[in-house]
Amino acid sequence: MLAGSRPGVGKAATSRRLAPLCSPSPGKSKEAEIKRINKELANIRSKFKGDKALDGYSKKKYVCKLLFIFLLGHDIDFGHMEAVNLLSSNRYTEKQIGYLFISVLVNSNSELIRLINNAIKNDLASRNPTFMGLALHCIANVGSREMAEAFAGEVPKILVAGDTMDSVKQSAALCLLRLYRTSPDLVPMGDWTSRVVHLLNDQHLGVVTAATSLITTLAQKNPEEFKTSVSLAVSRLSRIVTSASTDLQDYTYYFVPAPWLSVKLLRLLQCYPPPEDPAVRGRLTECLETILNKAQEPPKSKKVQHSNAKNAVLFEAISLIIHHDSEPNLLVRACNQLGQFLQHRETNLRYLALESMCTLASSEFSHEAVKTHIDTVINALKTERDVSVRQRAVDLLYAMCDRSNAQQIVAEMLSYLETADYSIREEIVLKVAILAEKYAVDYAWYVDTILNLIRIAGDYVSEEVWYRVIQIVINRDDVQGYAAKTVFEALQAPACHENLVKVGGYILGEFGNLIAGDPRSSPLVQFNLLHSKFHLCSVPTRALLLSTYIKFVNLFPEVKPTIQDVLRGDSQLRNADVELQQRAVEYLRLSTVASTDILATVLEEMPPFPERESSILAKLKKKKGPSTVTDLEDTKRERSVDVNGGPEPAPASASAAVGPSPAVPACCDGLGNNLLLFCSLMSRGVSQPQRAFPKHPRISAGGSEFVCKNNGVLFENQLLQIGLKSEFRQNLGRMFIFYGNKTSTQFLNFTPTPVPRCGLDSLTRTHLNLQTKPVDPTVDGGAQVQQVVNIECVSDFTEAPVLNIQFRYGGTFQNVSVQLPITLNKFFQPTEMSSQDFFQRWKQLSNPQQEVQNIFKAKHPMDTEITKAKIIGFGSALLEEVDPNPANFVGAGIIHTKTSQTGCLLRLEPNLQAQMYRLTLRTSKETVSQRLCELLSQQF
Amino acid sequence: MIQAILVFNNHGKPRLVRFYQHFPEEIQQQIVRETFHLVLKRDDNICNFLEGGSLIGGSDYKLIYRHYATLYFVFCVDSSESELGILDLIQVFVETLDKCFENVCELDLIFHMDKVHYILQEVVMGGMVLETNMNEIVAQIEAQNRLEKSEGGALG
Repeated sequence: MLAGSRPGVGKAATSRRLAPLCSPSPGKSKEAEIKRINKELANIRSKFKGDKALDGYSKKKYVCKLLFIFLLGHDIDFGHMEAVNLLSSNRYTEKQIGYLFISVLVNSNSELIRLINNAIKNDLASRNPTFMGLALHCIANVGSREMAEAFAGEVPKILVAGDTMDSVKQSAALCLLRLYRTSPDLVPMGDWTSRVVHLLNDQHLGVVTAATSLITTLAQKNPEEFKTSVSLAVSRLSRIVTSASTDLQDYTYYFVPAPWLSVKLLRLLQCYPPPEDPAVRGRLTECLETILNKAQEPPKSKKVQHSNAKNAVLFEAISLIIHHDSEPNLLVRACNQLGQFLQHRETNLRYLALESMCTLASSEFSHEAVKTHIDTVINALKTERDVSVRQRAVDLLYAMCDRSNAQQIVAEMLSYLETADYSIREEIVLKVAILAEKYAVDYAWYVDTILNLIRIAGDYVSEEVWYRVIQIVINRDDVQGYAAKTVFEALQAPACHENLVKVGGYILGEFGNLIAGDPRSSPLVQFNLLHSKFHLCSVPTRALLLSTYIKFVNLFPEVKPTIQDVLRGDSQLRNADVELQQRAVEYLRLSTVASTDILATVLEEMPPFPERESSILAKLKKKKGPSTVTDLEDTKRERSVDVNGGPEPAPASASAAVGPSPAVPACCDGLGNNLLLFCSLMSRGVSQPQRAFPKHPRISAGGSEFVCKNNGVLFENQLLQIGLKSEFRQNLGRMFIFYGNKTSTQFLNFTPTPVPRCGLDSLTRTHLNLQTKPVDPTVDGGAQVQQVVNIECVSDFTEAPVLNIQFRYGGTFQNVSVQLPITLNKFFQPTEMSSQDFFQRWKQLSNPQQEVQNIFKAKHPMDTEITKAKIIGFGSALLEEVDPNPANFVGAGIIHTKTSQTGCLLRLEPNLQAQMYRLTLRTSKETVSQRLCELLSQQF
Repeated sequence: MIQAILVFNNHGKPRLVRFYQHFPEEIQQQIVRETFHLVLKRDDNICNFLEGGSLIGGSDYKLIYRHYATLYFVFCVDSSESELGILDLIQVFVETLDKCFENVCELDLIFHMDKVHYILQEVVMGGMVLETNMNEIVAQIEAQNRLEKSEGGALG
């Protein structure tokens, strides 16, 4: 019956087409549905494969069915060809369904793209506005790189052509925007840009809205080019804001004139600083004031749509005021307006007000004004029914916190934590830990706060948090006694969290002596208390406790026999866990054989930790996405530089903190790991802010091992492996970079970009040209993608380029930066020459600037063959029987750059007895000699 | 930018799914399910915004949704969109559907899936807001209907 339904038009016919597939039949099971769908799929497949050519209508009908089946969640692996055929139909309805199928079902990698592109090309050239519209929609919806390659040149022409219809212009603007988003490099800037700016003056508000979206995105990357849009946007906005609600006819939405366009214009203005021209600036201020005034007027309609639209404009105006951050008067008014919204009965408005206020809190002018709302915000935290809103309240409290209200805010957050939703607990824990540390005047308060955190939400207290409290206690001797007393008391609780046992064990091991005078916390009592928890703990905690015990042996000689008995027990000495067993054996032995002096040295108190950025902060940044946290941190400038209290620790203590003595590896367990973890976070660049300006990324060096070789693994972490293969000839090179996804989850938005790094003089000159194509933005789990980089060396250089990789993995943003091993010596061409020639040239290059010499100690065994291989790998020719001393190595070659060729001679003289080398480089160019000498010296 | 538009009924059955960023089919289905569970457990009178799920977005993305009788309309957007603006856009879309189908109901979305897509295309293009003026949208759809009728007539 399905197949037999007759072609028809209108509602009834369409209904019949799909009815059998989706008739609501409550009695039937899931299997029945699948069976029915498979039957239908088989039917459609046979129709498509059948001998009889299908007419356009039937194709359309079946394609529509396939779309519906796809919607229900079934895979569709055929029909693409039929859809592509529909594109070339002259019938609008057939073309339309063809394009729809392709936009929904064809992904950007499909091989059909070529055919589709052809059809699109024809439709764009058809001058039929309806067909052009369909084609532009399809480009925008698919938005693949292939499409950008094919149409990025054409679409701007359509956009600015004088005879293009409004509706096509509108589509062309957004189509171009989509292409620019996916492949900005393929959209050529040109004289069309100035004409696009003038679309802001267009009669048709739909065109203006689309153009504003386009310009906003373009202006973010090319602010200079679109600077003129500011004054145009201001005057357009001014006309809308001051118009009577009837002026704009259809673009008035529930009595609000053109709300979407207003929002877009206000967004565009947020790409720029406040206008410099006083007239434009005055006009903008007037607009913003009018918008703020309108908020106070009685509503023109009771409908929620009216207030929604009005407030959408208002919130965007407030964002602009905050962004400009220059008019104290407007800022205070904005803050008051938001204050009103904090108590509004509409939940949406309360949510948005909390969110906007969070950015307002970081402005100097309004930080104090925001603080006046603290009670309302705390109340929101306690009474809001919606977790989204409560989360915003937590964010705002965090943002408005400073020394004056830290105690109150931390207390409120702690009490909220007891009932907080599980989903946001970890984040609150991090925030409390950061605030407590940052604004601690009294470190006893800090210790109490962290112990409270562990008590209330122990499971959500990550390692970073408890490592940090230990670091701080160790670095500040005024709090050590209090900390020891407090953890001792906290450990009295019959059931305490394992994290507390860790902190307690560590602190008592270091500072238990400070409370041992009190008979209620005598050494034996301390030991018994800790040991009563021992059996309930996991292996790492038990390992830590064993270290505490050996520290006790040193601190309290009177409990030594008790502890030795414990260590000697079968459950320790014969523990199945290797780590525990080894510790027990070693500590027992240490306590038996070592004299008191040796014990005291080995088990000395931990030296202070070197001050670093709090690893908790790094963790919060990682969790929240970098930009949200850094903003607050950077703008408030209330960094707690004095956490350490005392003078800077001596450099030597840095290594000591990681491992004071090999005999007690356990003492620094957590902390050693912490530093490692922290270093790895830094090298992965996770804590690097997403925006480019605040800080330079930490770059993990690409390793000097690539100086003499071209292939290998460049970088590897838990998620990603990067391999390299490269070849160089004269001043050109080509590098194949392989990115392997080591996880089973997709990477999204995967964008690796190699960029030449800025040397001092790179502002004026480019030394290295790198050309590459973006890779597919999704990398499947376990898959590998390849990127080719074409390299051209323009002139000699020192700084290697950097490979920045950004991607999303499981919802978090990852950022990796590694040095690309493109070094000057890669552009070496070896030159053979006789001994006579060599020394003749050597003498010619006798000018002191032309010679660079380095005498250094051998880092590797001095093996002749390896040395030879390295010199050849370095790129120069290895000249045999040239140097009168056969133990020496000499080499010669030419460094090719686009602008010059530099002849290079090198001589390496090993001194086996002293295990030293002397390396001499002579070239006609000082910078080249210098750089080559540096590079080659690292190799031996 | 709008990353995805999802419409499903109170039982989580998808009724309109449109992605503007490419996801493999099975991920699309997971996103629909995850989003359904996220919005289902929310009361009707709490706020219409929530942080995006784990599959879509990250901290820069929000789900903005409205609940009408039996259907949820969910837009997943990034921070470049105004929350209230999108909320109004959903309203415009639904009002347009209502005009085009004369009192729209869930069955219209099923039986006229193609038409619903065409209406959506007049409102959102490639993840960007194309047109917000309801009369203009309806006029475009009516023009399409006329074209369809004339072609249908020719087929006779």
